[in-house]
Amino acid sequence: MKFVDEFRAPELISKAGEEIRKLADPQRHYRIMEVCGGHTNAIYRFGLKDLLPANIELIHGPGCPVCVLPMGRIDDGLSLAARPDFIFAAFGDMMRVPGTHGSPLEYKARGMDVRIVYSPADALKLARANPEKHVMFFAIGFETTAPSTALTLVRAKAEGLHNFSVFCNHVTIIPAIRAILDSPDMRIDGFVGPGHVSTVIGCRPYDWIAKDEGKPVVVSGFEPLDILQSIVMLLRQLRKGEASVENQYKRVVPWEGNRAALRAMAEAFELRPYFEWDSYRNRL
Amino acid sequence: MCLAIPGKIIELDPLNALQAVVDVVGVRRKVDLGLLADDPPVPGDWVLIHVGFAMSKISEADATEQMQTLMMLGEAEAAMQEVRGYGLENDGQSLPGQGRPS
Repeated sequence: MKFVDEFRAPELISKAGEEIRKLADPQRHYRIMEVCGGHTNAIYRFGLKDLLPANIELIHGPGCPVCVLPMGRIDDGLSLAARPDFIFAAFGDMMRVPGTHGSPLEYKARGMDVRIVYSPADALKLARANPEKHVMFFAIGFETTAPSTALTLVRAKAEGLHNFSVFCNHVTIIPAIRAILDSPDMRIDGFVGPGHVSTVIGCRPYDWIAKDEGKPVVVSGFEPLDILQSIVMLLRQLRKGEASVENQYKRVVPWEGNRAALRAMAEAFELRPYFEWDSYRNRL
Repeated sequence: MCLAIPGKIIELDPLNALQAVVDVVGVRRKVDLGLLADDPPVPGDWVLIHVGFAMSKISEADATEQMQTLMMLGEAEAAMQEVRGYGLENDGQSLPGQGRPS
């Protein structure tokens, strides 16, 4: 518990704040993107912006997979499931997300067999228990949820289940970052890398951002001090004119990621060259 | 879904080596260990869970910290709702969306 208490120690927080002010060149304006919605949430909750000098701007990244899902995907998923022998299964997060003709919950009210599941494995259970029906799992999420869907598909195939399918809306973080860097009006100096996505993919996939794009990346935890330390690490690199990938969240994120999860994804999925992404900026 | 839920492995399922009962602040539910096949956890280990699958092994201190972070972020209630949804029953006895004891 002492470890935890240390993280809440206000003196360490203010020390990190001081270090940031010392490292930040007053002549320069820094634009740092936190890729993960969890970090954005923490930055707001803990008022971390107030601890930063005015010339450090935090840019909020693509963040939440539900928020960036284009409405057409929900429409497509619901229209595929609009058959009497279909069960539409999805996480609770999806239930109130509107499609053109209503949310999954509203479709349920109109008679569609819509089930909330908390795990893709539960959707597979539904398929086993309802052999006369077809269960379609509306899959969503970055790499924190994609391996679970992948492993579920691998198992369904091994069992020879034919009444189970996945409507795949999984997105991967690397193309999202690439799209951000390719955007001509988006100047970013460095990235606070996602925490839990990185427990799956590890730190290696960010290498190109440092090597080819010259931008530092620091994979970060979610505590206020984690995020401030990550900003310190980014500023140190920027000050020296360096760009590398660093892992501030070593206590949870292994450099190599979770190989079993990566194997499951490689077995079940293939990357498509293009996926529509409802820009968060369109919704502001 | 995106933020991990910390839990302690209580017991492995004798009928299915890829399942275990975890305890998340007093709530016991089954989680899937299939994604930790390279380094399977044993009772007493702490894991981070996403959508019913244990995704990584962590220390007890990190587990405590993660639960406090969820609370501070206002996500603890949603996380516990997710955990209650995992169910404790064996396959086929209780089905998603049909109500289950919590």
